Amino acid sequence: MGKLEEIRKSVEPLVAQSLDAVTSAATLEELDRVRVATLGKKGSLSALMSQLGSVSPEERKEAGAALNAAKQAVSDAIDARKTALEVKALDERLARETIDVTLPVRPESTGRIHPISQTIDEVVAIFGQMGFGVAEGPDIEDDFHNFTALNFPPEHPARLMHDTFFLPEKADGSRHLLRTHTSPVQVRTMLKQTPPIRVIIPGRTYRCDSDMTHTPMFHQLEGLVIDKTTNMGHLKGCLSEFVKTYFEVDDVPVRFRPSFFPFTEPSAEVDIGCSRAGGELKIGAGADWLEILGCGMVHPNVLRNCGIDPDEYQGFAFGMGIERIAMLKYGIPDLRTFFDSDLRWLRHYGFVPLDVPTLSGGLAR
Amino acid sequence: MKFTLSWLKRHLDTTAGVDAIAERLTMLGLEVESLDDPAARLGGFITGQVMEAGPHPNADRLQLCKVSIGRETLQVVCGAPNARAGLKVVVALPGVVVPATGEALKKGNVRGVESQAMMCSWRELLLGEDHSGIIELPSNTPAGEPLTKVLSFDPVIDVAITPNRADCLGVRGIARDLAAAGLGKLKPLSVEPVKSSFTSPIGVSLDFPAEAPGACSLFAGRTIRGVRNGESPGWLKDWLTAVGLRPISALVDITNYFTIDLDRPLHVFDAAKLKGDVRARLARDGETLAALNGKSYDLDGSMTVIADDAGPQALGGVIGGEATSVSAGTTDVFLEAALFDPMRTAATGRRLAIESDARYRFERGIDPAFVVSGMELATRMIIELCGGEASQPVIVGKAPAESAPITFRPHRVEQLGGVSVPEEAMVAALEALGCKLSKVGTSYAVVPPSWRADVTGEHDLVEEVIRIHGYDHIPTVSMPRPSVVRPVLTAAQRQANWVRRGLAARGLVETVTWSFLPSSLAGLFGGGKAELTLANPISSDLDSMRPSVLANLVAAAGRNADRGFRDISLFELGPEFNGDQPGDQRLVAAGIRAGRAAARHWAEQARPVDAFDAKADAAGAVAAAGGPAEGLQVVAEAPAWYHPGRSGSLKLGPKTVIASFGEIHPRVLAALDIKGPVVGFEVFLEAVPLPKVRPTKAKSLLKVSPFHAIERDFAFVVDRSVSAEAVLRAAKGADKALISDVLLFDLYEGPHVGEDKKSLAIQVTLQPVEKTLTDAEIEAIAAKVVDAVGKATGGELRG
Repeated sequence: MGKLEEIRKSVEPLVAQSLDAVTSAATLEELDRVRVATLGKKGSLSALMSQLGSVSPEERKEAGAALNAAKQAVSDAIDARKTALEVKALDERLARETIDVTLPVRPESTGRIHPISQTIDEVVAIFGQMGFGVAEGPDIEDDFHNFTALNFPPEHPARLMHDTFFLPEKADGSRHLLRTHTSPVQVRTMLKQTPPIRVIIPGRTYRCDSDMTHTPMFHQLEGLVIDKTTNMGHLKGCLSEFVKTYFEVDDVPVRFRPSFFPFTEPSAEVDIGCSRAGGELKIGAGADWLEILGCGMVHPNVLRNCGIDPDEYQGFAFGMGIERIAMLKYGIPDLRTFFDSDLRWLRHYGFVPLDVPTLSGGLAR
Repeated sequence: MKFTLSWLKRHLDTTAGVDAIAERLTMLGLEVESLDDPAARLGGFITGQVMEAGPHPNADRLQLCKVSIGRETLQVVCGAPNARAGLKVVVALPGVVVPATGEALKKGNVRGVESQAMMCSWRELLLGEDHSGIIELPSNTPAGEPLTKVLSFDPVIDVAITPNRADCLGVRGIARDLAAAGLGKLKPLSVEPVKSSFTSPIGVSLDFPAEAPGACSLFAGRTIRGVRNGESPGWLKDWLTAVGLRPISALVDITNYFTIDLDRPLHVFDAAKLKGDVRARLARDGETLAALNGKSYDLDGSMTVIADDAGPQALGGVIGGEATSVSAGTTDVFLEAALFDPMRTAATGRRLAIESDARYRFERGIDPAFVVSGMELATRMIIELCGGEASQPVIVGKAPAESAPITFRPHRVEQLGGVSVPEEAMVAALEALGCKLSKVGTSYAVVPPSWRADVTGEHDLVEEVIRIHGYDHIPTVSMPRPSVVRPVLTAAQRQANWVRRGLAARGLVETVTWSFLPSSLAGLFGGGKAELTLANPISSDLDSMRPSVLANLVAAAGRNADRGFRDISLFELGPEFNGDQPGDQRLVAAGIRAGRAAARHWAEQARPVDAFDAKADAAGAVAAAGGPAEGLQVVAEAPAWYHPGRSGSLKLGPKTVIASFGEIHPRVLAALDIKGPVVGFEVFLEAVPLPKVRPTKAKSLLKVSPFHAIERDFAFVVDRSVSAEAVLRAAKGADKALISDVLLFDLYEGPHVGEDKKSLAIQVTLQPVEKTLTDAEIEAIAAKVVDAVGKATGGELRG
């Protein structure tokens, strides 16, 4: 029997035996032992391979091919078995690895934006698109900026409409006060800036008043437009568009009716339509009117007091209460709760920080 | 300002209904606050006649009546004692809403007997207080008619008058506005002097010092003798009652009537009780007046009085005196119509806390040209209602001169109002309001009426024209928009918004607290200065301007804890005050965290908040503000309201503190009765540099190294007093080119490193940029790190 024949003869049972061993390997470790025993350096198939040298050169090719085929068959079987065993092992592991997915997650806290800040951001977004900048000014004011420049004559009853907080009187008899409205910022803006002017002014304001519907501090937002051509038609247009955009009610009726403020003339109060049917306030078309802001053409005396020639320039001003429009839009029932810092209230009526009001994305969810 | 429809119609000839009138008033700027029209709620009631009234079979106090309502006769059970056969009554049928209850009437069964309707009392219809029995209508009333046809109801209108419209504190002024707006015609008011037959035995003089010339500029009076001061006629009593005034006697009612009807307050003295002549003068310190309201007032030299030889008998323009008041027995009266200074009247009323219809009108301004005429009209009414004869008038002083004409350029109406009004309509409106116009070129010289002291310039006339024309007619025009929309917020405003949303995103809840706080609390936060203490606080709890935003937040933490919420995190963006000049304030973002850092959890140990939470918030706020990430120094210094050993500040350079943080001082917590821990921070936004303005928005080019970064750990033992920052800075500086990051991951203090020592373990990241580092190069850098830390801090590698 030639060497070739001898190899052929021993290879077949060896392969069969190896394949058996592969199939019966129950674990990856066992399989590895089979691999070492067959294909390892000292393995049975490797031992046969080493006999190739003794095969005659003309038969060596054939013997090599047979041995390689055998080796390949065993190797493939090992790989297949390995994959199967791995899948099984993973399945078993996964079957063990379970969690109670109903357990609560680690605590995370999201903060809130106060309704006053959110409302100011909304209003700024609306007026910003109309080209209004935002002006700010001091909370402590003097008589000139808060009253005199705004055409409140001394001792005029109109001054009594404002319950003013005063700081202690100074040696010279003057005394500073907490601004009763954001209008002094209008004065400061006009004194500093030459027209055209388009600004809105949000801020804290103070009046010596405290009951169900008044708090000693509240927020106003005023607007001021000064140029050579702006008239009451623009005032109506500007504020009607604001009201519709802010309340997100297209058909809300808007009414301008004459009123009085020392710093504007003609003056108007703006009402929006609402319904109070069933005791629930709904903004939009309805039987009732709701007053929401005051406005008017800037009084020539105010322009003059601020160094602006009323024969050349004109414009309008308006003002509204931030809390009031927030209460109306978001159904917040009590003004006083705005300043309570009650965590339950803040979480409930506050806004998540990512809800940045924009006109393109919507003012409110 | 209340009046009834029929009262208005005494001055206004109109066919307009009350709803149209109310609507127009509001659109004229005379805002209708309420309209009470009884007819509107009594539409369903009808008249009836009691045909029979007999006993109820099952109840002693009830009667069983047969009531005719014309078309049929109903059975009605009635408890009213005055129900009797023949009586004409007001009947409500089932379904009609009874005003007093607001509920619809149902067919009833009273003690086993069906009642098919109800007979009503005055109170049930909200027409009066009488509930002693059912309404007894006049005996000639037909049965079955709607009640509103049989009784006339006078709707009451209540109008809010703005401070500029003193003239509308009289019904005639309101009628004039309506007439100008086309809602009828103003009826003429004829002022013919009364025939006077004798010289007033009581003289008048004005006696004021030079420094109070206008205190009473005009005084018209007269004696009327032989009057009989009985009850007023029904119409007058009805009108006064309807507007909330109690009828007293004809003479008093007439003065009240003139106040409301023509905005002409008057006073009548009982001439028999006056001693000598009357003088208008300033009161003398120490004088008193027993006033008509039953109270006695101490007067001083700032107040105008009407005095006789016995002393003050009335406070000019405010209230009359008891001693010289008219009574049922009065036969001779002295009538006063005068002009009192608005400011002085207001000051007197304020000082003495007297609210009166006269004061309300005088302090807003009375028509100065209607003093003598008002007196003549009042005299006429007194003689009509009370009889008597009038003396010649006594008039001292004079009315201020008519105001100078105002130039009115019609084109200003459209220029300011944005509405085109025909010139004739402008002229008509102004004339209807009482202006006298004369054309001068293309303009007008306009003399406003004496009763419109508020009309002083052209803009006032423009307003009047537009107001009468109607704001509704102004076209609504969109604002011209900027062609390119740019950000409208300043850099500082944007920065504040980033910080606000940044802090909220960190889990803090935004709040808004008062700008003031109790002085005691202000003192704990470095405030409470006298100059920042309000002169007239709303309460002593809110009397001092806040020196720190943190103070209110700590107090808020306490309030929440009292409600059972101890674990809280709050922040506020707002001003704090350091002086009483405008601008002595700065914008601060402050926040607190109290209690546990997070809620209890099955996988995490709950831990109390500590100073590092506050430090993280402060740094987070600075980062959100776009402040410098590098170059910030952390120093162990903080204001006195922080725990001295557990607080610090972030500084930019040696002087600029941009934030402070730490545990709140136990003394502060104790003063507020708050259980700790509470930590807080304050970021001074104006100190945080604004982001640089760059010409483009392009970001700098990203450079990434193709080589792996390598991490090496070191543990250094240093003295306890050495700051972590010193170690980190030294390590980082050891090789600026290659060390990209240093991270502190362990702190150990204890027996293994010895007393007064601590071990700080850091991880140093090496980022090769040009080539992979060899082991030798890595070792060399590690040696540099050890060397640098050792030099800077004395630290040695932990063995």
